[in-house]
Amino acid sequence: MAEIQEKGGGGGKGGKKRSKKQSTKIDMTPMVDLGFLLLTFFILTTTFAKPQTMEINMPVKPDKEEEQQALKASNALTLIADENDQLFWYAGLPDAPTAPGMQLTDYSANGLRKILLEKRSNPNLTVLLKQTDKSRYKNMVDMLDEMNITGIRKYAIVDVDPRDTKMITEAKAK
Amino acid sequence: MPKVKPHRARPSLDMTPMVDLAFLLVTFFMLISKFAPEEVVVVDTPSSTSDIKLPESDIITITVDKTGRAFYAVGGQQTRLALLDKMAAKYKLNFTAAQKQQFATMESFGVPIEQLQSLLDLSPEERKRAQQPGVPYDSVNNQLGDWIMQTRYSNPKVKIAIKGDNDADVPAIKGVIKTLQDRKVNRFNLITDMEVKPRNL
Repeated sequence: MAEIQEKGGGGGKGGKKRSKKQSTKIDMTPMVDLGFLLLTFFILTTTFAKPQTMEINMPVKPDKEEEQQALKASNALTLIADENDQLFWYAGLPDAPTAPGMQLTDYSANGLRKILLEKRSNPNLTVLLKQTDKSRYKNMVDMLDEMNITGIRKYAIVDVDPRDTKMITEAKAK
Repeated sequence: MPKVKPHRARPSLDMTPMVDLAFLLVTFFMLISKFAPEEVVVVDTPSSTSDIKLPESDIITITVDKTGRAFYAVGGQQTRLALLDKMAAKYKLNFTAAQKQQFATMESFGVPIEQLQSLLDLSPEERKRAQQPGVPYDSVNNQLGDWIMQTRYSNPKVKIAIKGDNDADVPAIKGVIKTLQDRKVNRFNLITDMEVKPRNL
């Protein structure tokens, strides 16, 4: 590569055969190859590993129950993560969900995100994120992530209500 | 007059500076690359579109694996030493100097404090293989909460991050979160992987 090979230098003169002087130069090309190979390896393997995080602010627990603000049914949207990545949702409050009641969706862009984008027009929308004990941690992160994507600021992680469990069983029985 | 023959030198490139450069870069990269800290347990974190970076120092990492075991890690050798002294006083245990030294070098652990001494007595290789049952965080015996409280006493700036596995069940994660909330920690981080944020909503 670096040294261009010449064919038979100065041959065919006859006469004295001069012993050819070996040049003391070393071809450095393989060395360069090796160097850059290592270099690329190190560049590719170094990860500037700083894990991403998602910040969560949980509401401060009020000392008294009375301090809790009541949520208006028209502003409430409940998402319940269940087993096998199923996601149930309904608008309104658990004792009086607005029609069409409990519905099943998924975490894809056409599922949950569509619903959230439709509901987003209401500035007081509060999303209640619930999870049954059979759901996965990933579901929780996915739900929080959708909130982040759709820019909904008011949401809370709350526990599942017994009424919700009942509605889910009914919805599954259908 | 004989013809003057131009002296033809074979074209050659001296590669030495190139080698120097390459190896300089190699050494540079070798020196700046840090070894990933040894994980006691491997967790596969879910991905999110959040792009907040986790700070390097003053951070408590609570790892929750598939089976719901909690592992506790806090950065900084000095912090760890101070923390162990506080916990030892609280639980009335006496750690030897060697055990304290081991604890200072250990990134994360997942044993109840009663078993911590026997874990610290193991050699590093044995410790890797040792089955760690996780730090208890149930309402009766909430050692995780104590670890967190004592860490916060010794370093008030500390932030808390939860690193949960995709398949960790919710009761476990909720238990950890409840532990935090009971101790008035209402801001914490969830460690996630990268994901591209969809633009066209």
